Amino acid sequence: MSFLEVLDAKGWYFLTTLLGGWPETVTVALGALIFALIFGLLVALMRISRWRALRYPAIAYLEIFRGTPALVQLFVIYFGFPDIGFEPSPFQAAIVGLGLNGAAYLSEVYRAGIESIHRGQMEAALSLGMTPARALQYIVLPQAIRTMLPPITNFAIILLKDTALVFAIGVVEIMALARNLVTETLQSAAVYLIAGGIYLCVTIPMARLAAGLERQRQAWH
Amino acid sequence: MSKQKGGGPLLRIADLHKSFGALEVLCGISMDVARGEKVSIIGPSGSGKTTLLRCINYLEKPTSGHIYIEGNLVGEKKINGRFVHLSDRELAKERQEIGFVFQRFNLFPHLTALGNVTVAPQRVLGLSREEADERGRRMLEKVGLAHKIDEYPERLSGGQQQRVAIARVLAMQPKLMLFDEATSALDPELIGEVLRVMRQLAEEGRTMVIVTHEIQFAGEVSDRVIFMDQGRIVEQGKPRDVLFKPEESRTREFLKHIQER
Repeated sequence: MSFLEVLDAKGWYFLTTLLGGWPETVTVALGALIFALIFGLLVALMRISRWRALRYPAIAYLEIFRGTPALVQLFVIYFGFPDIGFEPSPFQAAIVGLGLNGAAYLSEVYRAGIESIHRGQMEAALSLGMTPARALQYIVLPQAIRTMLPPITNFAIILLKDTALVFAIGVVEIMALARNLVTETLQSAAVYLIAGGIYLCVTIPMARLAAGLERQRQAWH
Repeated sequence: MSKQKGGGPLLRIADLHKSFGALEVLCGISMDVARGEKVSIIGPSGSGKTTLLRCINYLEKPTSGHIYIEGNLVGEKKINGRFVHLSDRELAKERQEIGFVFQRFNLFPHLTALGNVTVAPQRVLGLSREEADERGRRMLEKVGLAHKIDEYPERLSGGQQQRVAIARVLAMQPKLMLFDEATSALDPELIGEVLRVMRQLAEEGRTMVIVTHEIQFAGEVSDRVIFMDQGRIVEQGKPRDVLFKPEESRTREFLKHIQER
């Protein structure tokens, strides 16, 4: 059978089977996104802190998680954590692993966003009697978010694609189902093509959203 | 130093030095400002006027020397005879009393005119939304911008932006107002409206320290004019003395230079 004949004959079956992994893919992606959004902010705030005791651990964290493959991090968490008394489920390990990895990336996005706000904004807020923390909360971050939204959206796209790694620690998501299908049918090209198409259906609209945000971000209102 | 309410000066600057690396910008400034007094500081650019003003509310940390408001140290405290920097929270509390008007306005672009004026009363003083709004409206009315309450800064002219910035400071009811070349970033035709507001504040008896290049304005509203050059106070006194019959040759040169512009 030619490639097109395979698609024609089995395409629908492949698609519906692979879509069975969609909830798992989305759960891991969303869980890791939320984890990274929160933890990344914490790392960014530590990174710009005046105190070395906060700054240095943040830098170390950043270098380690940016400088090692996500797959390595997933393996270390999934297979390493039981040694220190946690037994994460594949799901938990996937969310924490991709979340920690993403936090390193996002912390740099946050930092760049915060530093893009003119120093005069912080000074004006301080001169009105705000503490640096309040100034960040009410004056700097609300402005920085505009700058940060496009790269955050791009990050979400990367994250969604990176969930394709977590089958390696046993999460049954789209890629895991694709591998099963290939074993079952030996039609690698067709199966992976359809899997790729599923990711594209989500990532293309997200990329358009990022581009739209990018265009808007100069104007305030 | 003990707390002195009625008696001493509102602001005391004692032997203030500030260096940026090897460059000494302030070389021992000492001055007092009485309650209700209007002091203008003039001098060539690079003379340290702006740095002096920024030291008063601790946007710059002095290299040495001390600042007192009503006899209380600003930015530091004395523990067992040693000077220690204040925590963020303590410093913020002190800055509430010192209003600062910036050359470049530094309005918050994500907030409306009213939002700019109310954010600190709400978040710092803990006023309710209604109280803060009411106060904000009054302050914007005072600077002649009642009709611009809901505009965002980018839709306002420079003069209007600076007036919002002044209203924002007024809303905190500071004891002392610092103006850092408040009209220098404005087009000539917009300077008047800002000076009018500043004159009105002066007439209300507020304590103001004004760094300015507007010599005529300084002469009209100030109780005292200080001429600074190269990080030092060269000459000070009544406006008519300093501006019209200066004793120091450097002051004369500067004034001549300004008039020739």
